[in-house]
Amino acid sequence: MAENGANGSKMVGKQSIFFKDPPYIVASASIAGKKEGEGPMGSLFDLVQMDPMLGKNTWEEAESELMKEAAQTALQKAGLKNTDIRYLIGGDLLGQLIATSFGIAELEIPILGIYGACSTMGEAMSIGAMLVDGGYADKVMAITSSHFAGAEKQFRFPLDYGNQRPYSASWTVTGSGAVIISKQKNQNSSEPGVIIKGITTGKIVDYGLKDSMNMGAAMAPAAYDTIKQNFQDLGVDPNYYDKIITGDLGYVGKNILIDLLKENNYDISNIHMDCGIEIFNEDDQDTHSGGSGCGCSAITFASYILKQLKERSWKRVLFLPTGALLSQVSFNEGKTVPGIAHAVIVEAE
Amino acid sequence: MEYVKAFLVGGAICAVVQILLDKTKLLPGRVMVILVCTGALLGALGIYEPFAKWAGAGAGVPLTGFGNILFKGVKEAVDKDGFIGIFKGGFTSSAVGISAALIFSYIASWFFNSKMKS
Repeated sequence: MAENGANGSKMVGKQSIFFKDPPYIVASASIAGKKEGEGPMGSLFDLVQMDPMLGKNTWEEAESELMKEAAQTALQKAGLKNTDIRYLIGGDLLGQLIATSFGIAELEIPILGIYGACSTMGEAMSIGAMLVDGGYADKVMAITSSHFAGAEKQFRFPLDYGNQRPYSASWTVTGSGAVIISKQKNQNSSEPGVIIKGITTGKIVDYGLKDSMNMGAAMAPAAYDTIKQNFQDLGVDPNYYDKIITGDLGYVGKNILIDLLKENNYDISNIHMDCGIEIFNEDDQDTHSGGSGCGCSAITFASYILKQLKERSWKRVLFLPTGALLSQVSFNEGKTVPGIAHAVIVEAE
Repeated sequence: MEYVKAFLVGGAICAVVQILLDKTKLLPGRVMVILVCTGALLGALGIYEPFAKWAGAGAGVPLTGFGNILFKGVKEAVDKDGFIGIFKGGFTSSAVGISAALIFSYIASWFFNSKMKS
């Protein structure tokens, strides 16, 4: 297996990094909507918001509020002030990232806004870890959000229209997740440290699918590409990980991913988990193809996945949120749905 | 009996549309255009009018009925005004339906907001 590259370089293989001083994840926050709260992970979230409007007038304002609450909760759990955070790295699904811009404005933390569709949490944690390991910041926050109603309006049809959702469509998670990435371990906590050991940044993979209602199938090839690249760059096989966790492939995408990797003699069927499948109860919650959205992988990571790592049930996971990089315009113009997946190697100390 | 007939015919048209939505990749907008065009075409072929007389609201309320009305309006206007009627008739005959849809949905928006699906 490859540790750091030649001359102590942090670059590994073609698309991966091993950090020299792997940064710590010192706090996390997960704010979820009602439906998510009723799902299998409901008891693990920091806060479940029963009002989908969060007392605001629009879905967009509601999403901004979710994000603000996630940022504040993460700060509070870490025992930090907003001024302790050097950078916020975050984004959301709404046009021009308005949920982020309006949500975190009053925190007055320097921000790098990013768009990775539903892969945003992976992208934000990657950039955050690079900033910290590079010495450009001692503490950063990676944050993202999504809201079912806002996403339907942005990408499909506004709820007022009363459209029927096809069975291959996934359910955008209402929620916001945040993690604080720090150079130093949280001294006040007796819990085992969780580090970001490395990353594999994904490239855009487009198999030519055009159905915006079946995004799991469009994203699965991107997840396949990033996982395969991660194995090759690191010189490892699936046994290196206790879990390989994709963001929101859903039932359709999961099967495609496992089949694609099998063709390359990698069998991950025993260790694969998809946040979109885990976050809702398939039988009772009628989501059709599982959960999706930036918030899906973010709140699953900030609650369930970090808990498993802290309890050492899992020692090392490959967390890779998956994104479908379409827009309403590209969709209406008949373009394909390009996929992306950004992988983060997270370890329990 | 009239009610039963309208219910069954209207329901049958909606069932066909549901199959289109479930089994094809057609978006709702396309399906609606297909319905309107089908109604206009069947109207032009002289089929829809007798069908609508028999089925009543079952044929009049679905969008195929709207297509039929468009054709009827154009035909009457062409008979009366000639060429210019092509541009005039459809709007004249559908004005009541379109205005009612706009006005009533606007009024509804004063009282109701969109809600989360569950």
